[in-house]
Amino acid sequence: MTAPHAEGTAGVVGTPINRVDGMLKITGAARYTAEIPLEGLLHAVMVTSTIARGEIEEIDTSAAEMSAGVIRVMTPDNTPKLESLEKYQREGGKGTGGSGGGRPTGRALSLFQDKRVEYNGQPIALVIADSFEAATHAASLVRVKYRAETPTIEMASALPSAYPYTQKVLGREPPATRRGDLAAGLAAADVRVDEAYTTPMENHNPMEMHATIAAWDGDHVTLWDSTQNVYGVRGTIAKSLSIPPENVRVISHFIGGAFGSKGSAWSHVVLAAMAAREVGRPVKIVVTRRQMFGPVGGRPHTVQQVTLGATRDGTLTALRHDSTSSTSTLEEWLESCVLATRILYDCPNEETSHSLVRLNVGTPTYMRAPGEATGLFALESAMDELAYALEMDPIALRLKNYAEADPESGKPWSSKSLRECYQWGAEHFGWSRRTPTPRSMREGDELVGYGMATATYPANRMPASAVACILPDGHVTIKAASHELGTGTYTVLAQLAADAIGVPVERIEVQLGDTDLPQNPISAGSMTVTSTGSAVHLAAMAARDKLVQLAVSDPESPLHGARHEEVEIIDGRLTRRANAPRGETIQSLLARHGGAPIEEKADAKPGDERQQYSMHAFGAVFVEVRVDPELGTVRVARALGTYGVGRVLNPKTARNQLMGGITFGIGMALMEHTRVDARNGRYVNADIAEYHIPVHADVPSIEVLFVDEQDPHVDPIGAKGIGEIGMTGVAAAIANAVFHATGVRVRELPITLDKLFPEMSIHSSNSPRQASPSRGFGS
Amino acid sequence: MHPFSFTTAETAAVALRLAAEDPRARYLAGGTTLVDLMKLEVERPTQLIDITALPLTEVTTLPNGALRVGAMVRNSDLAHNEDVRRRYPMLSQALLAGASGQLRNMATTGGNLLQRTRCPYFRDTAMPCNKREPGTGCSALHGENRGHAVLGTSEACIATHPSDMAVALVALDAAVRTAGPQGERVIPIAELHRLPGGHPEIETTLAPGELITAVEIPALPFAARSLYVKVRDRASYAFALASAAVAVDLDKGVVRDARVALGGVGTVPWRSRAAEDALHGKPAGAATYRAAAEAALAGAVPREHNAFKIELARRTLVRALTRLEANPA
Ligand SMILES: Cc1cc2nc3c(=O)[nH]c(=O)nc-3n(C[C@H](O)[C@H](O)[C@H](O)COP(=O)(O)OP(=O)(O)OC[C@H]3O[C@@H](n4cnc5c(N)ncnc54)[C@H](O)[C@@H]3O)c2cc1C
Ligand code: SF4
Repeated sequence: MTAPHAEGTAGVVGTPINRVDGMLKITGAARYTAEIPLEGLLHAVMVTSTIARGEIEEIDTSAAEMSAGVIRVMTPDNTPKLESLEKYQREGGKGTGGSGGGRPTGRALSLFQDKRVEYNGQPIALVIADSFEAATHAASLVRVKYRAETPTIEMASALPSAYPYTQKVLGREPPATRRGDLAAGLAAADVRVDEAYTTPMENHNPMEMHATIAAWDGDHVTLWDSTQNVYGVRGTIAKSLSIPPENVRVISHFIGGAFGSKGSAWSHVVLAAMAAREVGRPVKIVVTRRQMFGPVGGRPHTVQQVTLGATRDGTLTALRHDSTSSTSTLEEWLESCVLATRILYDCPNEETSHSLVRLNVGTPTYMRAPGEATGLFALESAMDELAYALEMDPIALRLKNYAEADPESGKPWSSKSLRECYQWGAEHFGWSRRTPTPRSMREGDELVGYGMATATYPANRMPASAVACILPDGHVTIKAASHELGTGTYTVLAQLAADAIGVPVERIEVQLGDTDLPQNPISAGSMTVTSTGSAVHLAAMAARDKLVQLAVSDPESPLHGARHEEVEIIDGRLTRRANAPRGETIQSLLARHGGAPIEEKADAKPGDERQQYSMHAFGAVFVEVRVDPELGTVRVARALGTYGVGRVLNPKTARNQLMGGITFGIGMALMEHTRVDARNGRYVNADIAEYHIPVHADVPSIEVLFVDEQDPHVDPIGAKGIGEIGMTGVAAAIANAVFHATGVRVRELPITLDKLFPEMSIHSSNSPRQASPSRGFGS
Repeated sequence: MHPFSFTTAETAAVALRLAAEDPRARYLAGGTTLVDLMKLEVERPTQLIDITALPLTEVTTLPNGALRVGAMVRNSDLAHNEDVRRRYPMLSQALLAGASGQLRNMATTGGNLLQRTRCPYFRDTAMPCNKREPGTGCSALHGENRGHAVLGTSEACIATHPSDMAVALVALDAAVRTAGPQGERVIPIAELHRLPGGHPEIETTLAPGELITAVEIPALPFAARSLYVKVRDRASYAFALASAAVAVDLDKGVVRDARVALGGVGTVPWRSRAAEDALHGKPAGAATYRAAAEAALAGAVPREHNAFKIELARRTLVRALTRLEANPA
């Protein structure tokens, strides 16, 4: 069900148009949250804890309060108790899971309701002043005395305390699964791989730090918030402050990168609303870069055991994936590492499970491809190890176990082009040039390694609504409370509406990020296009229908009496297909009808098709690395990804998303690592000079290819999400390439040069375990 | 950030007087170290004396052949200076291997020499640090010390000196010209930075308020064959895990003279006379280079997470010497 088009008119969907908000962004006219000017705006700065666990004994705010420009210092001593949380506590609430269970704040927040400290860097006070500088200075004058307790910081030593996760994952998937008979499968195997893979804590570092401005007007509050979920924030504010949701408006027009970190209303969001109510003036909080480490989530530490068994010909007989990830002591948050494993290979005997370890660190959250990025590092590294053990080509091994239907549910795929992705990718990459023996390829003095891995991400979709409004001047307004994270939402929604109605894309105005607009889901899980895009398409189609109806039933219209299907709209002009010269513009038609706009709302939601089909995007990623044989430096020389993601609405923004995902994957593989002091839980590298993400020089030529994939089932526009799949598989592909280049298997991310020099680490606490061949490197 | 006053000094004399009047004043050059540390509250000056207007922006050749570099010469200008590129390529390369284009456009020669360590505990006022607050203890000693020094350390401090430029300058035996309350003087660069010992808070031999006016690099014809190699965790915009600045004077395959300095591994820019001695009179080649590298790291002390740096620094030095031999120009 795609928009009708005149023959020969291709439409704007599927073309690489520039971002419709590009000019606003490059000229600085696009206003981000922290830039919103408000009369009487006050600035607040959070004071954070310097111990990881214990009790606040005393907060001395006297110097801070005396400091110039300070209006108020909020601490556990003077912050009003929130009735909602008291009630929740009284009722013994212990809400868990990312969605917060029954907790009114959603996430377990630090709102100065008690004096507990559960991680280092936890917000414990808020200084409100008439300038940012005054607030920052006064915040440094707050003195805190603690009764410190011994924290649990290190994953390795806390592992014995791991406990099984028993709730539904993401509210729908079982926490653990078992199919067939794993022991029998292992017994039947000729070759086995059984290894542990670990990924470190990571933190999101989008360019824009989180920011919130709250302004009250009587009992109504407006929040400008850098959020991926305006309706979610509205709900959290309403529940936390015990006010009706209608009294809360949340606005988020532009977001400078989110990657999951802005999917929840964190402490500063609710604190801004509380502070603004306290002082009776609008209050702004901008999270500092250091505060990006802890209070606003991050990727947890994972330790994943993968066991594979296969017969000589490569047929998988057993597959086991047990993931243990860290969470905080405040909340249970699960990195769903094993979900992709359940659907990727056709193995009859499989067991998967999730466990958690509680640490005194900030609560983790979604970070680009949460679960898939981490889980596929383990699974796809293990598959590479199996390929070596079998002396089999890694692509051949994957094809041998190709799942023709969802192996977990038995359902058919709504579409799957993974075979094409492997084959096409291999061809374009030049995979056949690879000689499989480790250290067998060189260029000049450098070792060359090729590696590949599978990419996958579910084609998620949630209910969404949109309004399409055709204006008497021929322009169209689209309204949907979705979000522009930098991904191109404004652009692709405009494209969808333009084609659905038949007007040039320049005449579409898209309004997003405001709870005054129709409700939409969180922009996460790669589902903005599938959810909101579908709603926009349906709303625009409905508005078009109404417009056509108006024309054919209007005796004064040249289209009077035409059959509905006969009418086409091109460039805002309605014509009868068979008689193109006879027609009229939207403007003239609407002018005759009192100049009233045509407005249609659509509620789009997934239906039965989700019961009938299993829906996932798939891809294959190939990388070439260069390793300096003496110094151990690893550089990615080129990367290529092939993806089957349904209909590609805009190849330019789509490629941009996938390149960004691959770049993120390079960071995950080689650099990203939140270092926490084992003694006191202090985030040590809490700035972007020390917390490394790729710089331009680290990002090679990246090629992105799309397999032409028609998916009639996934949603009304035939698109799967693309925001996250690009990140999946990359870390494994790089680790596999590093093994190919060096003969050293690094199972602990990130792959820094010291891990390639095991013989150099005299007593390094994190020396990697070696796979065969286990000889040293470079000696 | 703490409140402070701001003054612009038009002449060195004014700068010196202002500094003498206010012991908690600081000179502001490019500000890329100082302002950063002020935001972190590590530096809390009461007054900033802007010295960027001082007429110290020239690079000139002196009658004795030395190159005089004004203290206010920006890192990018120095890196691209024709004389520097021709006579001291390692200096140009070291500068370009540091920081980012934007930072190098701001950073000055004097400021670069006096940049402070990147030890994360030094930069976090919530953590004990002997350098920031004498006597509170060294958090890095038993903490996250993967980036820390293995040479010149003490039980009081193991922080690296982060400058790339200074590594080339110690190899070149540069001299630092200063003006102070006691008049002008010249300090050999090897005597500018102090080992931490029991007083890591005292980083240089400069007197309070002493102003660097220039750096002088002696003529050293064989430095036209010199090289700077830097190894880091990403391809650009990262501090050195290990680096080496080398210049070698080869006579028919035998080392007549050599200069060797290391970065990323020392508490000060690390001139290695031991490595130079190991090279003198020896035939160029892998065995000699390895011997020099062993000599350079002979006294290295590893900590929990940085043991790899010892071998990495050796290999970095071998790499620099090998590559210099292969590409003499
Ligand atoms: C993100 C980042 C990455 C970096 N990466 C690198 C890198 O890879 N390699 C590297 O070498 N460096 C790196 N740097 C450091 C950079 O080179 C230094 O910050 C810079 O050289 C300092 O020069 P400045 O002029 O800005 O000094 P300022 O910040 O102005 O001054 C630094 C100190 O020197 C004093 N001072 C300045 N000039 C004089 C003078 N003439 N006389 C007496 N005292 C003076 C000041 O009072 C202050 O105490 C990096 C910096 C940042 C922020
Ligand atoms: S190494 Fe030096 S700078 Fe770092 S914490 Fe120890 S004393 Fe401070």
